[in-house]
Order: sequence, then C-alpha cells, then structure tokens
Amino acid sequence: MTALIDLKNVNKYYDDYHALRDVNLEIAQGEFFSLLGPSGCGKTTLLRTIAGFEAPSDGSLHIAGANMNGVPANARPTNMVFQSYAIFPHLSVAENVGFGLRKSQLSKSDKIKSVEEALDMVGLNGFGGRAAHALSGGQRQRVALARALILKPKVLLLDEPLSALDKKLREQMQSELRRLQRQVGITFILVTHDQEEALIMSDRVAVMFDGAIAQLADPQTLYKRPRTRKVGDFIGVMNFLPAHVTDPNKITLDVAGLGTVTIAPEQAPSGTSSGAAEIGIRPEMMSILFEGEPDRGEIAEATIQDRAYYGDMTYYDVHLKNVPEPVTISMKNIIGRPVLEVGETTRVSWDARSLVLFAS
Amino acid sequence: MKSLRSYAILYLIFLYAPIALLPIFAFNDATIIAFPLSGFTTQWFTELPQIPALIDSVKNSLYIAVITSILSTLLGICAARAAAKYSFRFKRPIMGFIMVPLVLPEIIVAVSLLVILLQLGLSLGAWTVIMGHVLICTPFCIAILNSAFQNLDSAMEEAAIDLGETPWSTFRLVTLPLVSPAIISALLISFTISLDEFIIAFFLTGTEPTLPVYLWSQLRFPARIPVVMALGTILVAGSILLLILAEMMRRRGLRRAGLQDKGGFL
Ligand SMILES: Nc1ncnc2c1ncn2[C@@H]1O[C@H](COP(=O)(O)OP(=O)(O)O)[C@@H](O)[C@H]1O
Ligand SMILES: [Mg+2]
Repeated sequence: MTALIDLKNVNKYYDDYHALRDVNLEIAQGEFFSLLGPSGCGKTTLLRTIAGFEAPSDGSLHIAGANMNGVPANARPTNMVFQSYAIFPHLSVAENVGFGLRKSQLSKSDKIKSVEEALDMVGLNGFGGRAAHALSGGQRQRVALARALILKPKVLLLDEPLSALDKKLREQMQSELRRLQRQVGITFILVTHDQEEALIMSDRVAVMFDGAIAQLADPQTLYKRPRTRKVGDFIGVMNFLPAHVTDPNKITLDVAGLGTVTIAPEQAPSGTSSGAAEIGIRPEMMSILFEGEPDRGEIAEATIQDRAYYGDMTYYDVHLKNVPEPVTISMKNIIGRPVLEVGETTRVSWDARSLVLFAS
Repeated sequence: MKSLRSYAILYLIFLYAPIALLPIFAFNDATIIAFPLSGFTTQWFTELPQIPALIDSVKNSLYIAVITSILSTLLGICAARAAAKYSFRFKRPIMGFIMVPLVLPEIIVAVSLLVILLQLGLSLGAWTVIMGHVLICTPFCIAILNSAFQNLDSAMEEAAIDLGETPWSTFRLVTLPLVSPAIISALLISFTISLDEFIIAFFLTGTEPTLPVYLWSQLRFPARIPVVMALGTILVAGSILLLILAEMMRRRGLRRAGLQDKGGFL
C-alpha cells in the first residue's frame, strides 16, 4: 500500500533562511500523526506546505498518489484547523460550519442536516444560531473542527489547536480529539510543541529541530530509544552520563557513576564506535533503595542534593561518584516509603536494559 | 495635572467657540452679527431654498463629494490591501509618498494642479475638483483602511481558501464584510472632507462653484450673512453627524472582529 501523504526531500527557503531541510515523510491513511518540536523549528511551515499555503522550494509532495505540485490549497483534499481558529466573526456558528458546503451540490436541507451532524460530532448541538464572535475559546476550537471536518477531507491538519486552552480543557480536548479521529477515520496531522500531548495522542511522532526531522517513531520508541541526546532531552526528562565504549562489538562501556556495563544493540539506536560517548537514563528507570524493597540489579552509592515533592511523586537530584551533573530520580510515594531529606546518603539501583547509548 | 486641564479647557474654547456662534446667529432675528441678540427666528433657514445659485452649488458639491468619496475609498482599499498583504520593494517610501498630501499645504496642491491643468489645456469643472479632492482624501482613506486590513487575521482568508473558495470569492465573502465598517467610515470621512473643502475647489472649480466657494462669494453681501450662518449651521451639524457615524462604524468593525482598539483616526 502506498502512503496517503508522501513527502520526498522537501526543502523550503525563506530568502536565505532554510526553514525545511530535506524532509522525508510517509503518513498512512487513518493515522494520527504529530509534528513535535520547539517553537520556530518549522512545524507550521511543514503543515502549511501540505495544506498548499506554502510551496516547497524543492522536493515533491503527493497526497493519495496525486502530485500536489501547483495544486492550490482550495483544490487539495486537506482541511485545516488554524492556530487562531480563524472563525469568521461576521457569521453564525452554523454559517461557519457550513461555509465549506457553499460550493457543494447538496440540497439545502441536506446541507442543514450535515451542519447539524457536524455540530453534534463536536458536542455543539443547538449552538448553530449563535453569533460566532460570542463563543468561548473551547467552543471556537470545536467550531473550527466541525468546519474543517464537514468536507470529509482525506487529511485534517491541526496547528497547535489546544495551546490556547487552559490545562483542564486541554486534557479533555486531547482525549476528545483522539476519540473523534477514531470515529471519522480521517488522517490527522497535529502540530504541537507539547511533548506530552504528542505522546498521549499520536500513533507516530516526527520530532523536528531546525527544519529537519530528528526522529520519526511511535511514542514508546521515541521515549525509550531516542536516537539523539537532543531528542531524549526534549521528550520527558533524561539524565546524561559521560561514558567510554571499550568494546564496540559486544557493546561494553564504562559509565561514570555506574561502572562497566554491557548493553544490547537496540539500546544504541545511533550505532556504536569505540571511544567517548554518552549514556541516557530516565528518572523512573533508576530507584532509590529503601529497606525491604527489591533492587533493579545494579547498585551505586549516592547523596541527596535536592528534592521536589509532587504529592504522588518525589523527584530527587542525587550526586553519584564521578558524575559531574546531579542525576534525577523519580520515586512514587507509596505507603510506607519515606521522603528523604537533602544531605542523606542512600543507595540507588538501576537496570542496564534501560540505558540508551548516544555516540558522540 | 491642574494646568494641563485648564490648558485643555482653553483649547476647546478656542476651537469650538466660533463654531458655537454659528447656530446662535443663525437663529438671531437681525441682519447684523453682533450681541446683544435681538430675538429668535427661523427665517434664515426658510430663505435658504429660495436662492437658486445656492441650490446649484449644493447639488454641485454633493455630486463632487459622492464621486470623490467613492474614488478615494476604492483607491484606499487597493493601497491598504497591498500594504497589508504583500511586501514589495520600496514599500515604505511608496506608502509614505502616498500619505504626503495629508500634510502638504492645500494651496500648493491647488496651484500646482491648476498650472498643470492649464498647461494641458483642460477646462476647469467638477471633474478637476474631484481630481484634487481624491488626491487629498485618499491618504485619509488609506489611514482608516490600513488599520482595518492590518487587524485582519490572514488566517481568516486562508481558512476560506482552505474550505474551497477562490481568492476572489474569499475577498467578497470574508475580507469585505470584515473591513466593511472601515470602508463605510472611509466613505463618510472623504465625503465630509470633500464637501467642506474650499481652497482646491476655489482654484479648480471653473464656472460652477461648490458650496464653500459660493458661501465665500456671498460674504461680500452683508445682508446675506445670516443666511450663510444658517447654512453653516446645517453643514456643521451634518459634518459632526457623519464623523460620529464614521467612528461608530470603525469601532463596530473592531468589536465584530473581536479585536482591541489600537487607536484609530479619531
Ligand atoms: N513567511 C515567512 N517568511 C520568512 N520566514 C518565515 C516565514 N514563515 C516562517 N518563517 C520562519 O521559519 C521558521 C519556522 O517557522 P514555523 O514553521 O512557524 O515554526 P513553528 O511552527 O515550528 O514554531 C521561523 O524561524 C520563522 O521565523
Ligand atoms: Mg507554529
């Protein structure tokens, strides 16, 4: 099966500025796909290129097998939810949602029905007659969704649709969007700078830095096996320890603070070579050894440098011997487990299987 | 603080006292403009329509003002739209030069236009006045429309295109309605400016005077002065009404677009 969306070697220049660098992307029909990256990395540019608002400087874009070169935005099988929502303030909610049907052959009653269905789908039944400029942020977002989905596009493009909402509403909309996507079966491409949002919602995520895709993977792979230190650092929290590869074939290395370890090939997604390297490990993959609790295999001595109590979790910054930077460890606050104070010495345990090697 | 307030009050008195005198003497029952007032009359207002030359000048002025406001608003729409949407070489200097007539002494505009028209051998008339008025009204229209076009979220137009509209239907269905309050406001203001304008009209009007030019010519006849006052009263009232309407339209436009007032022209 060919991909629904296929970008090959897409580059975009704004004068001298290289906004997209050799982007290669295949997105399947029905996928919930996210473009994740810090502000200014080119996510919106890529989305607008797919929508037809920007033309690639070179490279090709196919949607459903058709070359989109020279096809204007109004002739592409894509619809967009804009970051500002771009609700037409001079029209009613129903007129906004039905805007895309103006050119369709449907009868008037069919159009009305289809608008009602679309409003129903986003939980706004009965809002059709309201003036659009009087809606709340969350309602605007729903109107924008309904308006874009009413044309049943092959691809729905969403540019940071949730970033303007407060936390509670955002979390609610995340699961609603996911549900909606499963219900309609349309390919969603979501732009976000929120790594948590990308992990929660997506089938696959493309992490972008400086106009280039740094890694494209499903959320679990992305979290567990980031290909570069930068990706690991951007997604969640990751500790980095200096290491030295002594045997690149068996992948044996000396890690500061942890000693000599051997790892499996899939733990070195960027390959191995002997010499200086870095090891990454997530805070929850290390634990502080409390009395009567099983260890994770390997053990090291540590001193508590700082701690942050979050209620359900406590985050400790600990000092390991020979490690310049403090290492963050997160512990669930289960019954019977004390919260350690700064200055206490303790033992930490970890499992070599949770390490990721980054070649320098 | 205190001196600032008294300054403001003094300023307002100097600005508006002469205008306030207009209606006072327009209703005064005497041909001589002097205090004390002698009595109330509406005689000067009823005399107005009985002067054919006056009626002609009013018609002439309205004709010029309507055409001027339409032309300068159309030009303003094109310029403001281009300035908001496209970036092109020398955009700033070009926009700057378009705005220059705003501060250029009108007498200079008038005399230079007159010289050129005479050089070209064109005869003076309503169209030459319209030309001069469009020249001075267009910057005002651009100033008003520019803020409306700048405030317009470009995603609005893109959303319409995205939903299948052509650039032209997008302009008609989305852009125009969203800037229409500013368009109406530009129409009203250029209409008012053209209606009141004297210097350019005086130089370029030919044999058919506009209302201000006619009024000026009547000042030589003291008996006509109360009638002129009556007419002036109507003009001032009308102008104020139009300006208020224009500002209301501009604010409504902002509100409708859900935007903050970034300070307008009034
Ligand atoms: N029309 C444009 N002209 C010039 N530079 C642009 C234009 N659009 C975007 N850029 C630049 O391209 C970079 C990527 O922008 P964008 O795609 O909006 O980033 P993101 O959505 O990831 O925050 C930014 O540095 C931005 O300044
Ligand atoms: Mg963006």
